[in-house]
Order: sequence, then structure tokens, then C-alpha cells
Amino acid sequence: METVAGMDAVLLGRIQFGATMAFHIVFPAFTIGLSAYIATLEVLWLRTKKQHYHTLARFWTKIFAVSFAMGVVSGIVLEYQIGTNWSRFAEVIGNTLAPLFAYEVLTAFFLEASFLGIMLFGWNRFPPWLHTLACIVVALGTALSGFWILAANSWMHTPAGFTIRDGITYPGNWFDIIFNPSMPYRFAHMMIATYLTTSLVVAAAGARYMLAARFPDEARTMLHMGLGMLALLAPLQVVVGDLHGLNTLKHQPAKIAAMEAHWDGTHPAPLVLFAWPDAKNERNLAEWSIPKLGSLILTHEWEGRFPGLLDFKREDRPPLLPVFFMFRLMVGIGLLMIAVGITGSVLWWRKRLGAARWFLHPLAYGWPVGFVALLAGWIVTETGRQPWIVHGVLRTADAAAPVTAAQVASSLALFVLVYGVVFSIGVWYINKMIRTGPQPFMAGPESLPSRPLGAAQPGAEKLP
Amino acid sequence: MSGLAEILPILLALVLGAAVAMYVVLDGFDLGIGILFPIYRKEAERDQVMNSVAPFWDGNETWLVLGGVSLWAGFPKAFAVLLPAMYIPLLVMLLALIFRGVAFEFRWVAKPHHRKWDIAFAAGSIMAAFAQGLILGGVLQEIKVEGYRFAGGPLDWLSAFSVMCGLAMVVGYALLGATWLMMKSEGEVERKARRLGVPLLFGLLGFIALVSVWTPLQIERIAARWFSVPNIFFLAQVPLATALLAWLCWYAIRRGSLILPFVSAVGIFLLALVGLVVSNVPYLVPPSLTVWQAAADPSSQVFYLVGVSILLPVILAYTAMVFWLFRGRVKPGEGYH
Repeated sequence: METVAGMDAVLLGRIQFGATMAFHIVFPAFTIGLSAYIATLEVLWLRTKKQHYHTLARFWTKIFAVSFAMGVVSGIVLEYQIGTNWSRFAEVIGNTLAPLFAYEVLTAFFLEASFLGIMLFGWNRFPPWLHTLACIVVALGTALSGFWILAANSWMHTPAGFTIRDGITYPGNWFDIIFNPSMPYRFAHMMIATYLTTSLVVAAAGARYMLAARFPDEARTMLHMGLGMLALLAPLQVVVGDLHGLNTLKHQPAKIAAMEAHWDGTHPAPLVLFAWPDAKNERNLAEWSIPKLGSLILTHEWEGRFPGLLDFKREDRPPLLPVFFMFRLMVGIGLLMIAVGITGSVLWWRKRLGAARWFLHPLAYGWPVGFVALLAGWIVTETGRQPWIVHGVLRTADAAAPVTAAQVASSLALFVLVYGVVFSIGVWYINKMIRTGPQPFMAGPESLPSRPLGAAQPGAEKLP
Repeated sequence: MSGLAEILPILLALVLGAAVAMYVVLDGFDLGIGILFPIYRKEAERDQVMNSVAPFWDGNETWLVLGGVSLWAGFPKAFAVLLPAMYIPLLVMLLALIFRGVAFEFRWVAKPHHRKWDIAFAAGSIMAAFAQGLILGGVLQEIKVEGYRFAGGPLDWLSAFSVMCGLAMVVGYALLGATWLMMKSEGEVERKARRLGVPLLFGLLGFIALVSVWTPLQIERIAARWFSVPNIFFLAQVPLATALLAWLCWYAIRRGSLILPFVSAVGIFLLALVGLVVSNVPYLVPPSLTVWQAAADPSSQVFYLVGVSILLPVILAYTAMVFWLFRGRVKPGEGYH
């Protein structure tokens, strides 16, 4: 088989999909949460008429625009990559999954993209209610997009409602395909993750301004809203995550065994806090664990049994190290978020938030933490599905396109280069906008410093 | 073959055709203004040019996603052949679209250091258009297929013909962009667009003529399709209508009409698309996969068509609403940012 640097087209294709997806997933996750936040701010502004809600909505809309553009361009790549690198997968699941992607485009993408124009450029052109409506529609579109893509993704983990003839899947029941067994859990888990991630970014921006004693009204609102969401959603995420885990145990026990580094299914499982799983010799090195707690969490019984890695053939086990460690990273950050949410809420309740610099300082730098947890969780679930691309239906090794390893390697290099440059600059610009901070509203045509203020727009008030 | 299995692929092919047509027209003009970006040297002009499409570009590009996903959902076998076959031009197109897409937002944030994003916007637009032409040419000149799988090499798409199609696409989109600016801008921007409109129109007509001669000479089945009796009597209407629209476009540009140049340029594009369909029907991957051979399972097609028939009219309605809300011409120095 043709290889590049010892890697064949399948491995290179996996690295490429993983890399482009890791870049992409951050932006939609942020825009799902942020669009909901902006819509909330606008509704609050319409109801209370308090100016700082409006200022904040405009501020975050600018950041939303940059993130959304990066999400769109990196997302188109993925759709086409399914065909270019994984055409056998595209063919095998085309009958069952492609319509779900099609529904995502029809119900969500057009909605977001069309109303985005009003959201970004309609501040002065349209009445506030129409602008607010556009924000709500965009938020709805992003959530709908999440619904379809997670339905499709869940189906790859827990396929249902289909039959196989000559290696190709055929749809049986569309309801079962869409609402496949892991879908409700994965959807809830992911949506909460996007809101948590965004809340942390908002709270961090608030902390930054609070520490610098800038934009006091805006900073307080951001801190309160961000920390409040963390305090509410972070504990909820533990419950949803637990339910999702039980669902995974039922349908993908090998993934759970890898997450827990649990080898021997004949004994109750300990909760492994730390270990170095040694896949070759089938044991854990340097294990540090609490006996039977793993069984209690996963079976809700002290003496409960669930399959260990030894119950699966070697070729059916997922790669251990990423699944095991990324799971711990995700859970660790989740617990940290609970601590931040509760600490912040207590400080807020005791009216000491503004003075608690020891709390605000780390918070101000904590904005990327949610994205790290999101990516870690995504690595756990997708790597944990290996060696399957569609669990029990198609192995990743059999899913690739008839293209050369050289093609995949060179496109991988280009994607890494371009994404690295373009999206680093994008994140740098977002940081620059946050540094500049929310600008107070000016009546009249929205204008950048480089452009003359003179030209009146239809519907805009005249400048004094 | 049962009646349903006969008809469904035709309906889906119509949906696919509509998505491609919408994409070519809508993203055509906004790639077109990117292609024309280098002729606008002043910052204020470039602001005005970009603002004329800023509220729409994202919706326009979504038709590309619909086109891709319609091909996949309707005709998975064709999707699985065409995409690997067009690996490199698709890669170029996607990378180019990244640069021009982010430029819409980055350019404003970067000001006054926005020159690099001006370049990214223009180069990305030109490369994306060129790559789309390469893909068109690569598909028209026939892909090597064995047992429903792509069986060719990574550079099969590259030929004098596909490069010519690439250039044709750049010129054609530039015409759409220029006629868009005639309709949506004022002042020096509009004047420059009008000056360039006529040469672009003749350039596009030249390329259309070239493709019309080249393909029947190269591929016998296309010659038989057009020049056999009685086909020739019906099909001769396509070039005749193209000539008529071309004259109308030329006249409207010269006369200073607002909307007519754009409408007639769109008409020319749609007729070119009709011509390509006539040449290649019923093939999706000429000459090895017909729409029936490539079609998805009937249940999948029905499920998709239900969604399309409900949602596509809604999408068209709110797309039209957004174009209407942002109606009117962008004056110099005016924008939404």
C-alpha cells in the first residue's frame, strides 16, 4: 500500500478530518451559545430599555460575525471532505444519513445565513423588534443545525432504523434513524456544553473589564449572566453526562471500558483516578483508584459488573490513551466549572464579586477552558467509537476514498497551514475586539473610523 | 423499473439543477465582485463594492452546501465518484473560499491594516471561480469509472479544455459581478463596472462559443444530441436565445439601465447551464452514471423531496425578503458596518 511518512491514506484522512473538525467545532459551539446570548440581551433591552443591554448586544454581535464566518468556511470543507477522503463511507451511509445533512441545510443553514445579514447590518435600518426577531431566528437556526448534525453523528455511534444489503445501508424508519438511541443524550450534552463554553467566555470578558474598572454596567451584567449560567448548567451537565454515559455503556461498552481503563469484567470496577493504561500488556501502570466506585457510577450498584476491555478482541478495542486521558480532562474541567459557578454566585449574593480579585484574575484568563473540555469530550466519543466509523456497520479502515496517500498528505499539510494562519488571526482579532470593549451606541449610520459619517442611510436618524 | 423509481431521480435531478443554478447566479455575482476588486484601487470604492454584497454573501454560499448535499442525498454513487475525481480542484476551491469568506469580516476588524485581506478577497474569489471551472471541465471531459468507483488518477481533470473552462468561469462571474454593481452601486464604482461590462460580455460569449464547438468535436454523443434531426430544430433555440440575451445585455449596459444588464447576464448563464444539461442528460457522471444508476433508495429520495417541497419555497421567500430589505443602491461612503 502506498504511504507517506509511514502513513496510509486512511490514517492521513483520519488526521485530516480530526484536524479540520477540531478547528471547526469550536466556532459553531461558540456561535450556538453566543447567538442565544445576544438574542437574550436584545429581548432584555426591548423589555427594560436599559442602554447597556443594547451596547452589549452590539458588542457581541461583532464578535459573533467573525466567529460565524470562520464556522461557515471551515464547515463547507467538512461536507466536501466526506466525499473526497471518505467516499466509501459517503456511499454506504448515503441513503440513511445524507438526508439528515440535507435537512440541516434546509432548516438551519439558510435560516442562519439569511437572517445573519439583518442581524449584522440592520441595526439602524430596521425597527428594533425586527432586529430582535432576526437574532432569535439566527439563534434558532444554530440550535436546529446542532440538532441535525448531532442526530447524524449519534447515528454513527448507535445506528438504528435501517437494513443492510450488499454492504449499503437502506432506511427503514426515519424516526428511529433521527432519534436513534444515543441522540437525545448526545444532543442535550452537547447543547449544554455550548452554552457552558459561551458563558465562560462572557464571564471572562466581564471579569477582565471589572478588574480594569472599565464599562462597569456591562462588566457586571456579563459576570452575573455568565456565572449564573455556569452555576445552573454545570451541575446539570453532570447529570446529563451521567445519563449519556449509561447510554454509552448499553450501546458501546468497549468505549466505556476504555474511558474507565477497566480490563477485567468479572469483578466490580474501581474508579480509576489516574493510571497509564498499557494496551500491549493489557494492564494499568501506576494505577490510583477507589475500589468499586466505578461500578457504582455506571451500574448504580456496589457489586455491579460491566464488560472490561478483555471482553473485546484486540482489533475491536478503541485506542486507549486518548479516550482515557481526554475523559479525565473533560470531567476535571466540568468539576472546575461547577466550582467557579458556585463560588461566583456566592460572591455575587454576598455582594463581594467586584472586590474578589483573587477570583476575577483567573476567571479573566479562563475563557478557553470550556473549548478545551468540548474538544476533549469530542475526542473521547469519536476515538472511543474506533475501530468503527459507523458502530457495527462499517470499519474506518474500509471507508476511505480511492485517492492516493500523497493527495491526502498534501491537502492535510495545506489545511493545517491555512487553518493555523487564518484562524489564529481570527482569534487574535476577537481578542482585539474584546480589548477595545463595548462601544456606546451612537445614533446615526453605523460607521468605522475610516469611513465618512456624512452619508445618511434610509431610516437612520440624522446626526446632530 | 417501477414508476416511482423512474420519476423520483428526475425530480431530484431538478432539485440539484435548481441548487446549482441558484448557486452559480448568486455566488456568481459575489465571487464576481471579488474578481473585479483589483480594478477598484481606492479604499472607499472597495468598501462600497464589498458592502453591496455583505448582507447576502453567506446566504449565497449556502447554495453550494445545498448543491453538495443534494448530490449526496439524491445520488450517493455519483457523489462518491465525483468528489474523489475532483480532489485537487475541490481543495483549491475550498481553500480559496476560506480566504475570501473570512475577508468579509476580517477586513473591517483589521482596518487600517486591511490590505492583506483585500488581496485575500480578490485572490480567493478568482481562485474559487477558476477551480469551479476546472471542476466543470473535468466532469464534462469524462471521468474514468470502473464498477461505480472512480478509477482514474489525481490529475485526470487537468487539460487544456478544463483550464479553458476555468478561465470562462472567471470571466463569466466577473460579468455577473459587474452587472450587479451597475444595479447596486453609484458613482465611480458603477461607472467602472459599466466600462468593463461590454468587454466581459464579449469575453463570456467567446468562451460559450468555444465550449459549444469544442465539446461536440471532442465527444461524439454530444454532437449526435445537438445536430441530429429533429433535435436540431428544437435545440437551435438555445443559441438563438443566448444571442438575443447577449444583444439585450449589451444594449442595456450601454444605455445605462439599472436592472436589465444583470437580468440578461443571469439569463445567459442559465441558458449555458441548459446547454450543458442538454449535452449530458441523462448522465450525472458522463458517460458512466445516469441519474437512475446513481440514485439513492426511493425512501431516501421521498424523505428528502418532502423536506424540499415544504422548505425550499420558504427559503426562497425569506431570501427574497432579505434582498428586498436591503434594496437600493449603495452610495459612495455608505455601508452597513
